[in-house]
Amino acid sequence: MPEIRNYTLNFGPQHPAAHGVLRLVLELDGEVIARADPHIGLLHRGTEKLAETKPYNQSIGYMDRLDYMSMLCNEHGYVRAIEQLLGIEAPVRAQYIRTLFDEITRLLNHLLWLGTHGLDVGAMTMFLYCFREREDLMDCYEAVSGARMHAAYYRPGGVYRDLPEQMPRYPEQRSKWHSEADFKRRNEARQGSLLDFIEDFTNRFPGYVDEYETLLTDNRIWKQRTVGIGVVSPERALQLGFTGPMIRGSGFAWDLRKKQPYAAYDQVDFDIPVGQNGDCYDRYLVRVEEMRQSNRIIKQCVAWLRENPGPVMIDDHKIAPPPRAEMKADMEALIHHFKLFTQGYCPPAGEVYAAVEAPKGEFGVYLISDGANKPYRVKVRAPGFAHLSAMDEMARGHMLADVVAIIGTMDIVFGEIDR
Amino acid sequence: MAYQESRTGDARLDALSAAIDRHFQGTPYQLEFVCGELTLITPAEGWHERARTLRDHPDFRFEQLIDVCGVDYSAFGYSEWETEAASSTGFGRGADRSGNLATDDPRRFASVYHLLSVAHNRRLRVRVHLDGVEPIVDSVVDLWSAANWFEREAFDLFGILYRGHPDLRRILTDYGFVGHPFRKDFPVSGHVEMRYDPESRRVVYEPVSIEPRVLVARVIRSDSRFGNDARDSVHA
Repeated sequence: MPEIRNYTLNFGPQHPAAHGVLRLVLELDGEVIARADPHIGLLHRGTEKLAETKPYNQSIGYMDRLDYMSMLCNEHGYVRAIEQLLGIEAPVRAQYIRTLFDEITRLLNHLLWLGTHGLDVGAMTMFLYCFREREDLMDCYEAVSGARMHAAYYRPGGVYRDLPEQMPRYPEQRSKWHSEADFKRRNEARQGSLLDFIEDFTNRFPGYVDEYETLLTDNRIWKQRTVGIGVVSPERALQLGFTGPMIRGSGFAWDLRKKQPYAAYDQVDFDIPVGQNGDCYDRYLVRVEEMRQSNRIIKQCVAWLRENPGPVMIDDHKIAPPPRAEMKADMEALIHHFKLFTQGYCPPAGEVYAAVEAPKGEFGVYLISDGANKPYRVKVRAPGFAHLSAMDEMARGHMLADVVAIIGTMDIVFGEIDR
Repeated sequence: MAYQESRTGDARLDALSAAIDRHFQGTPYQLEFVCGELTLITPAEGWHERARTLRDHPDFRFEQLIDVCGVDYSAFGYSEWETEAASSTGFGRGADRSGNLATDDPRRFASVYHLLSVAHNRRLRVRVHLDGVEPIVDSVVDLWSAANWFEREAFDLFGILYRGHPDLRRILTDYGFVGHPFRKDFPVSGHVEMRYDPESRRVVYEPVSIEPRVLVARVIRSDSRFGNDARDSVHA
């Protein structure tokens, strides 16, 4: 008998299924995982340290780049922490806009997750379908902030500006690749305002989700790859610090939007989907249902925003810049603008932890202020960090191919894990 | 204990602070209420038993450890630019970046825990202050598995040692990294930079060639509108 030894395998950091730069050192017994040791930090940029060297507002852009799949939810956590520190509250219209865009972000994130998870596990079509819908949602981002991903749209005290009255259209010029009819079709939903465009999307979207479900929910291969894989019991889910769809998949109806409501979540009607078995398949079902619920919330927000115009930013020019036009004519506005952008504002000394229900789970920002114009310490609590730390426990005893499904079901993004 | 019963104005937090008083009476601790959140400040000795009480006792039931993070308080309240006296003397153009850090302060470091009780739907922050020379505290991995990586991170970034941690390795910094980068005496630009050297045909590390610079000076101003009066931190 030859000596049988465990085999150590390096998975990543340049593996397409590693969702970024995960280096996974796997100890294999045959094809069964005996130990999984994730090495992270390959994308560590020191965001928190950088934020300590800048006035509060200048770090909003860094938040987009943490979990770069749910940009505005990260900003929401950061901005909410600053607001709580300052003791201010955004106007109600801004709260609804934030709710609307948080849910758009959730769709963006879940669509990307579904597409790539499908791709990892062997369902190519999902990727194409999901990215089609992501295009429309990123256009919403662009219409409101000018950027398709890193929006920097939420600000302490509200949002940067109100929703545009006119949804940008594709230029009506001939091109080599698109015919005139093509342009017409693509511009059809863009004749009105941004809200019209979003409403049109919410009417189409449930049909799209049905399409995804016909492809996956009863798909034999999909179920073989996900049912019974990476099972986490409710007790372990609590112990391991799981949040978001990961804990809901294990059967806890825990959702910060319901339990500790923020923005306008206590004003809208939605349900929390909960899994039963805590395996990859249940977490898939939870996320798909969350997309339908997000669609519901978006619809309600659109209806409210149509009816209720109003300010989207607080009127305190020590915190929020004065309007551009005012700045050109008014000395005081000019001084406010100058002071705000050269020095920023000084919140009182104190500490605050603000959490939001990001698509991946609880995204929290812990801010310590010593009364300066820069934060003394910023700690970002990324949901993916806690989830990935459970990798060893979830993967142990599974086959090598299941590791890919488990990475997929955790919905990890290295921007937020490595920070 | 500088706090009153009615201070939080929230029935759930009032109940929590009353429960803390009941359980930890006669032992050293402090309870702070800032920005609508409760902070328990507890010494490093006895933290582990206290954590167990917080997790298991029906009055608390903090089943989830949301976050552990390190804090370096050595530059707390340090301003690079004196603004208060400026009206009489005028501003100096240069910011003062000498930064006398209190590196051997017995309360220099802190390990901060954020606990969440799913059963009671409330949160508690626990701050354990640690010595600047030898920051060491009991690990809580045996109580909350989630602490594993969070404690590794605090060790990596701040050099805080967690007694009893099963696997206290670096986690975020590079293999072979020297120092603890989130300490206040560690410059943002770091100590070494890396490049590929075509002559020796390998990656080499060299001392950094850039000067650390500050674009916006760190300024502390008290603003009466934000009610600074009662917000003074316990750490001073």
